[in-house]
This record gives sequence, C-alpha cells and structure tokens, in this order.
Amino acid sequence: MSTPSYSVIGTRPIRHDGADKVTGRAIYGADFQMAGMLHGFILRSPHAHARIKRIDTSKAEVFPGVNAVVTTKDFPAVDDSKIVDLGEGNTPLRWARSNVLADGKVLYRGHAVAAVAAVNAHVAEEAAGLIEVEYEVLPCVLTAPEAMKPDAPILHQDLKMKELGETTGKVSNVAEHFRHVMGDIEAGFAAADVVVEREFNTATVHQGYIEPHNATALWNNDGRISIWCSTQGSFVVRDATAAILDIPVSQVKVTPMEIGGGFGGKIPVYMEPVAALLSKKTGRPVKILMPRQAVFEATGPTPGSYMKVKVGAKKDGTITAAQAYLAFEAGAYPGAMVGPAGMTVFAAYDLANVTIDGYDVVVNKPSTAAYRAPGAPNAAFAAESVIDELALKLGMDPLDLRLKNAAKEGTRRADGPKFRRIGCVEVLEAMKNSEHYKSPLEGSNRGRGVAIGFWFNVGLPSSCTLNVTADGTVNLIEGSTDIGGTRTSIAMQAAEVLGLKSEDIHPTVVDTDSIGFTGVTGGSRTTFATGWAAYEAAQDVVRQMKERAAKIWDVPSETVEQAGGVYRSNGHSIGFKELAARIGETGGPIVGRGAVNPRGVGGSFAGAIVDVAVDPETGKTTILRFTSIQDAGKAIHPAYVEGQMQGGSVQGIGWALNEEYFMSGDGRMMNSSFLDYRMPTALDLPMIETIIVEVPNPGHPFGVRGVGEANIVPPQAAVANAIAHAIGTRLTRLPMNPPAVMEAIWQKSTSPRS
Amino acid sequence: MKWFDYQAPTTLANTLALFDSHPGAYLLAGGTDLLVQLRAGRKQTDLVLDIKHVAELNEISFDVADGLTLGAAVSCAQTYENAAVKTHHPSLAEVASIIGGIQIQGRASIGGNLCNAAPSADAIPLLIALSAKCRVASSKGERQIAVEDFCIAPGKNAMLPGEILVSLHLPAPKKGSGASYLRFTPRNEMDIAVAGVGASIVLEGGVFKHARIALASVAPRPLFVPVAGDSLIGKPVNVESIEAAAELAKGAATPITDMRGTVEYRRHLCAVLTKRALEAAVKQAQEAK
Ligand SMILES: Cc1cc2nc3c(=O)[nH]c(=O)nc-3n(C[C@H](O)[C@H](O)[C@H](O)COP(=O)(O)OP(=O)(O)OC[C@H]3O[C@@H](n4cnc5c(N)ncnc54)[C@H](O)[C@@H]3O)c2cc1C
Repeated sequence: MSTPSYSVIGTRPIRHDGADKVTGRAIYGADFQMAGMLHGFILRSPHAHARIKRIDTSKAEVFPGVNAVVTTKDFPAVDDSKIVDLGEGNTPLRWARSNVLADGKVLYRGHAVAAVAAVNAHVAEEAAGLIEVEYEVLPCVLTAPEAMKPDAPILHQDLKMKELGETTGKVSNVAEHFRHVMGDIEAGFAAADVVVEREFNTATVHQGYIEPHNATALWNNDGRISIWCSTQGSFVVRDATAAILDIPVSQVKVTPMEIGGGFGGKIPVYMEPVAALLSKKTGRPVKILMPRQAVFEATGPTPGSYMKVKVGAKKDGTITAAQAYLAFEAGAYPGAMVGPAGMTVFAAYDLANVTIDGYDVVVNKPSTAAYRAPGAPNAAFAAESVIDELALKLGMDPLDLRLKNAAKEGTRRADGPKFRRIGCVEVLEAMKNSEHYKSPLEGSNRGRGVAIGFWFNVGLPSSCTLNVTADGTVNLIEGSTDIGGTRTSIAMQAAEVLGLKSEDIHPTVVDTDSIGFTGVTGGSRTTFATGWAAYEAAQDVVRQMKERAAKIWDVPSETVEQAGGVYRSNGHSIGFKELAARIGETGGPIVGRGAVNPRGVGGSFAGAIVDVAVDPETGKTTILRFTSIQDAGKAIHPAYVEGQMQGGSVQGIGWALNEEYFMSGDGRMMNSSFLDYRMPTALDLPMIETIIVEVPNPGHPFGVRGVGEANIVPPQAAVANAIAHAIGTRLTRLPMNPPAVMEAIWQKSTSPRS
Repeated sequence: MKWFDYQAPTTLANTLALFDSHPGAYLLAGGTDLLVQLRAGRKQTDLVLDIKHVAELNEISFDVADGLTLGAAVSCAQTYENAAVKTHHPSLAEVASIIGGIQIQGRASIGGNLCNAAPSADAIPLLIALSAKCRVASSKGERQIAVEDFCIAPGKNAMLPGEILVSLHLPAPKKGSGASYLRFTPRNEMDIAVAGVGASIVLEGGVFKHARIALASVAPRPLFVPVAGDSLIGKPVNVESIEAAAELAKGAATPITDMRGTVEYRRHLCAVLTKRALEAAVKQAQEAK
C-alpha cells in the first residue's frame, strides 16, 4: 500500500476545546445549575454483604429542607425476568436496577441503598444519616479463588453457572466458565524443550479519573426526562436509564457535559436513574455529585485476578504450547472482562497448541467496569512474565523470542478470529531498533524489561452531521464525548476530505435528541468510527458542493472534480469558501450526513521498554526510562496519539507498582482516597518516550486503528520483567510495591533479615 | 459536613477568651487536617476559630540568643521561604517542603502538624531532634512543653482544655551541628510516611558531641529515642557507630501492620532511615565547617 499524502492528517493543529479548558470555562457536570434545583445524596451500605431487613425513611422525610426520599421500591414494577442491554451486553433488569439502588441485599460496601433530595447537599447528607436500615450481615467473599470454593458464601441465589456454553442450573458465584482450544496442548508441551509455568495475582485497581461522577435530572410534567451528566456515552445513559425506569428511549434526552476522564469507568449509569426518580417525586431538577470515597467504593474498578500461565518452547525458541487459566473478579454482578483477557492473552503469538480457560466470578466488591483494554493488562502481565522467563532460560534476547513467534496476517487466535493486516512484527522491530533498547543499562540494582500487548478495538455505530456556513467554515455535529482530543481528530478527517484546515471545522458534541445514534467513547473507536462518519458526511458535502458548482457553471455535476478544496470543471474553478458563500443562491443549506456501523476494525499492538532502579534497602522501584511503542494504523493527530500512549503507560506503571484496593477482611476498602490510593504523580515518572508505528488498517479510509487502549497492556509486565532483572527474583503479584519487593529480596537472600 | 459557625479573632487575648467560652470549638490554622476530618465526620463542632489573623501566631523571627520563634499558624511555604530558617535550620525548611504539595504548603502550618498529633506527622520527629519547645497559652496563663512530651496518643496532645499552641522555639544551632528528616513513602510526593526519622547531631573533632533521634509512623505517637542518640555521644563518626544507633532506633520502634506496611518492614525501615538521616546530618555538619 503506497502512502497517500495528506495535508491535514498527520499534522498537530491546536485542539478546538483548548481555550475553554485552559481558561476554566468548559462546563462540567458539577458546574451545571438550574433554577429550582435540588441536591441529592445517596446513602450507601457500610457492609460488604448483608440482607436488608428493613428501611425506615420516615425521619429523613420530615427533616427540614428535605423534599423526597427514594429507595428501590420507587422503581416502577416490572416483570422480574426482563433482560435489558445496557451497552455492555445483556443483563437481567433486576441486576441493572439493584446496582443502582439495592434490592433485598447489599453486595459490596458502598452499594447504594436510598437517596435523599433536599435544598442543599449538606441537608441531604444529614438527612440520609437519619434513614434507618436494618441489616443482617452475611459473610463476604473478596477474591475469585475464594468465591469459587464449594462452601463460599453465595452472592446471588438466582445466578446459575454457565459451563462451556451450557446452562448448568447450578447456583454458583461462577457466572461462566469458557474455554478456547486450538491444536493439541499435551502434544505441544511434550514437544517442548523448556516449559515455564507460573501463578499470578493482580489486585483490583480503579481507573482513577479526576472528575467524580455527577448527574442532574429533570423529569418534566410532559413525562420526558432530561439528564445532564459526565459520561462516555450519552446514548448508553439514555438507553440504560430508560430500561431501568421501564420507559421508552424517546422519553429520555441526555446532554453529555464536559468529561474529566473516564477510561471506561464512565460507561455504566449509577446516579442518573436515581436523580430521575427524585425529580419525579419532587417535580424539580435534582443534581447529585458523588464523593470520592463512593467513586472508589461503588463505581467500576477493573477486576482483580488469579491466573496460571504455562508456555513451552523448543531450544530454538519456537513456542510449542501455551496454556492459560484466568479467574477474574466480576465484583457484585457478572461481567468480569475475562472474555477480552482470553482473546488477548496470547494474541501476539502465532501458536499451534493453545488452551485458555476463563472464569467470570462474582465477589463482594463493586461491580467492575471497563478500564482501558479491560482484562488484557492482567492477562499480559501473566503471559509476558512467562515469555520473559522463557527467554532467560533459552538464553535468547526477549524481543528475538517474541519476533520468532510473532502473530502476523493470517495468524489464527485461539478464540477464533484470523488476523487481517496487523503490526505486531513492526512494533517488535521498532522496539528492537529503538535508541532505548540499544542503549546500555549500567549500574547495580538496575534492570530493563520489555513486553508486548494487544487490544482488538471495536467498531459500533456513529453519526456525524456537517453544516456548511456562508463564511466557508463547517459546523460539525457529533455525539462522541471528547475525552482525548477527539473533537479535533474527527474534525481533521472531515477537513482532509473537504480540503479545509482543521481550524475551519467547528466541532460540537450534542445531546441525544440532536444527532443520530452514536456508541460510547470507548474501545478505541471514536477516531476510527466517528471519524469515519465525519469522512462520510464530508463526502456528502463534497457531492452537494459539486452539484452547486455544476449549477453555477451549467455543466453536468459528474464533470466537477474536487481536490484540496478547489472545485473544477472544464476550465472553471472555484474554492470552497467562495462556493460556500453562494449556497444560498444555488439551492439553500448544505447539510452533510454520515452514519456508519463499521466492520473493518483494526486491532492495535503496543510494546513497552522500561529501565528501573530498585533500592535494595527499601524495595522501592524508580522508573528511570520508559518507552511506549504502538501501531496507530494512521496517527491522525500525532500529539494526541502520543498523549494516549503516555497516559496508558503511566496508568500501567501505577497499576504495576502501587495501585490496589487494600481490603480489610470484612470487605472494607481501607484506602479510598487519592492520598492512600497511590496513583503516580509527575514526580514519580520520567518523561514517557513514544514511538508511533504506522501499519495502516485496511478497514478504514485513512488507515486508523484506534490508540486509546493497547498502550496500557504491556507496562505491568515490562515493569515486572525489569524488576526481576534488577533483583534477580520474580514478583508474580501486583502491585509490586516497596514492601512486596523487599519481601522478595529477603526471600531470595539466604542472609538473615537486617 | 454539618454546619458550623466561623470566627476569625485578631488578637491572642480574644482568641483565648473565645476558646475558653466554647470548649467544643476547634482552632483552624491551615485547616488541611481539620477540614478533612470535619468533612469525613471524624470531628464535629459548632464553632471554628481561624487563627491566621492573630499576629503572635503568625510571627517568624530569629536571633542568636533566643533562636528561632515560629508562630503556630505560620504556613509551610512561609517557613521554607524564610531566610533565617534556610540559613540556620535548613532541615526545617526541607521538612516544610515535603508536607503535602504546593497548595497544601500554602495553608498548612508546622504548628498544626504538631497539634494534630498524628504518629505519621513529618515535622514532629525533626522538632524533637532539634529540641524544640512549645509555648502554650490559655486565658489563665502560659507554660512551656518540650515537644517530645507534646503528643500523647494518636490525635491527642498534652494541652488542657482552653489551651492553644502559640509558638515553637528552636535553639540556635551550635557550631558543628547538622540535622535531617527522612521519610519513606512509596510515592515521591503526596504520601504518608511508612516510617520517618529525624536526627540532629553536633560534631566536635570527628566525634559526636550531641545527638537526638526521633521516629515517625512506628509508634502511637512520634517517638523520641534517647538511647539511640546517646549511644553516639563520644563515638567517632563512622559506619559502626551510625549502624549501632540505627539498630537501637529500630529496637525502639513498635509499629503496626496496616495498608502502608508490615511491622517487620517498618522496623527494617527505621534502621535504614536512621542510618541515612545520620549520614545526611553528618554531611551537613561537615560541609558547614
Ligand atoms: C493532601 C494532603 C497532603 C498531606 N501531606 C502531608 C505530609 O506529607 N506530611 C504530613 O505530616 N502531613 C500531611 N498532611 C496533613 C496536614 O497537611 C499537616 O498535618 C499540616 O501540617 C497541618 O497543618 P494545618 O495548619 O493545616 O492544621 P489544621 O488542620 O489547621 O489543624 C490541625 C489540628 O490542630 C489544631 N490546631 C491547629 N492550630 C492550633 C493551635 N495553634 N493550638 C491548638 N490547636 C491547634 C486544629 O484544631 C486541628 O485539630 C497532608 C494533608 C493533606 C490534605
């Protein structure tokens, strides 16, 4: 494929939302105000697992300043077996609802039980404290291996285990066990000269977005609900709220406010239906802001996991067999993202003999949500640690071992799909040729680690409308919440087609009534899919502009050609701006429409190279140098691609070294604040270096793959490998915090502890 | 957070009178501990008295005879930007610059750090090492408390109802002195000490003439360890004497296991940090010559 030359794509224009954000004018959900607005507060469970025997709201209801109190009883009655799709697959309505307001049982500490609307948030909070809830406390279970034991406390009496696709009727905390098989695993291991098998554990970690959840709802007299909130998907909020409240989607309008981070965690609804119920009862708009502690305790972290990985290879490095056992914590309701872990665990390798077992296990922790390539970082930590050890045993360069077995076009994954054109080899080669990898690493207690990871990315529907204005600029209307600069990366694709500058396009993210259906900003899909919708809409504009030019020149429209924003036919020529000024006289408004449901999703590979220094006296790891390498397909706006790579790397480093839900035995998160939940700060990190690889995705007009996620997959393993080389022993549990590293050093040394 | 009244008296006498007549009131210096605790419901009050407008509590001065006077409400930023502090007590400037981040340092005071009496408070071990004295006043009179006697239990100090901390007094450093506070945190900022060690020494002719060592986060209160400091007196400056003191510091620690670390790990850190803090103090003393 020859490289097309672009005039806008691949450049670094300033972002359209930049001025608003740096001057503090961007309006976030917490900024939202309305006349007559009330403030809500949600009462949450102090127990990790308990039966609710009685809720008495009478004292709160009569507390001065209180307008309404709601519990799960305020949801309209519906058929118990109803199944709804909340954007991440099918869920029984009763589970979707009971995560929003507990019904009968609380399943994790922080589980919402009741809500109060009052004149202000302080009164609402004080009144919530007057709600009497009688609990029968039940034993809790906090990890997948514990929850899988036959005598484990059961979370859901109505959860029947699915075993290899069949419903078993067995009540269990295991929602599902799946298996992917390819080739003959026994024969594969028998053919191996070297086999490495290890067990791994990873802690529950949170996305850690800075902006807490928020929602304002107005249930109007005409029966329509308006919602303003911070979300990655306004249409998901619309559909989920409608499903939970059992009303048609047409009755809900969602306006996405500016968003302060999500990383997958702002896909589920938590407070929107509750604010709506409170608004219905009071007839006034109700706003609820979630405290940070509740963000940790009650919104989707990513699963903790227990994994076993076994890989065998011949002396020359050919991998003969690979096996994985993946047990992931779903939190309170099924859906542990273990499926994606199974799809990605060995995706970087071209393998003949594979077995992958996955278990989706409910535990008494908050219901997990997506977090950047959900499931894949856990799996890669296990698989890439084993590959690293294998390289050591074989005496091979770890990148050479990976290159020898690298997946390429035509490679079949154990879960079924055959790769189209992918950039796994190109990413590994870029790692090998990097200045970082070639540079020597000197000094004691230092180590270098590498790893590679994959994320498949998703498509999903997107819509885009373009309105040509008389001054020759274009207003772009879209429904994708902008988390990472997508207003600009989408506008640039329209600009490229129209032959305009990025600055000539004015993108606006609008409410669900004002644009066609658009899926979530997630799955690395927005620049890919909404960008494609913008591409289609721009083609539509070009077609109409050609007709207008044809009309002016009185030529058939098929004879008009456009290049670089100039329309030509038969010696005539006219620029976009000039033509735009004449749309009124040539037939009126020009509106370009794009609506897509793309199939040609291209997965992305990412690699990480990291140098660490470990303090042998304290066990503290310092990241000396870190390089992220990723196949972007085509980097529409390279600076934003680099930003994604750096962000994913930093989150991966935090996950590797310090982040964790530190749980007490009775299911209380002990570190539910940003002080104690230790995400890295700028002082803990070097500048993250980036190398963008571009292997165009044949399934997208500009070759885009999507870059939001794959970059968080390899850092954990790369850091683990670096630490292993620095201290001469391997940690198999995340986080690898200073006490854990110190313990590993002590375990290794025969000398008594100092 | 529940409602409370707020008053900002401008004289010490007024502050003491208000505090005397409102036994449930809390003083607010920077508020970086107090407001967090009020919001979390760990403390409740009907009245908050802001002391940032009282002159005596915001004084910062130095003279050779009396040493450093640090008003109880002086912020960390004012402390580390002060020329006298930088010259005579660089270790105090250093500790003021590691408490929280820039925003916190603009509000938080060393006095508040002490009054809050957290076992993990970063300033307290250094204040103990530097032999600081606390000037405490109530509407009935004044008294002095040695800083090592000030904290009595987690969150509890030795002041009686109606008493407030007016200022801290640090003797002027002698020739050949050096001091250092080192804490261990997994993150490089915005973190609570897993263990911390404050050390101050005076050297004379290559020998320790004076030494005080105190620990953070390894006991129910900031822990003064006289045996560790005393063990150095008369000893030459070398690895053996420093390591012996470090072992004594470690032996005095009685930490707990929690999310920040285990008993074993924290005791181990006491030895590592004591050694490093003493080395840093020695270096400072030798360079000052
Ligand atoms: C984000 C963050 C990071 C932090 N990082 C650190 C850190 O790294 N190291 C550390 O040690 N601490 C840290 N802290 C805790 C806190 O900032 C410090 O303890 C600070 O020194 C407290 O000072 P303040 O002036 O804000 O105290 P305040 O909150 O105003 O007061 C603390 C307590 O002392 C009482 N009090 C205050 N002044 C007087 C007085 N003159 N007389 C009698 N009682 C008084 C108050 O009533 C209150 O109970 C952090 C806090 C936050 C929020």
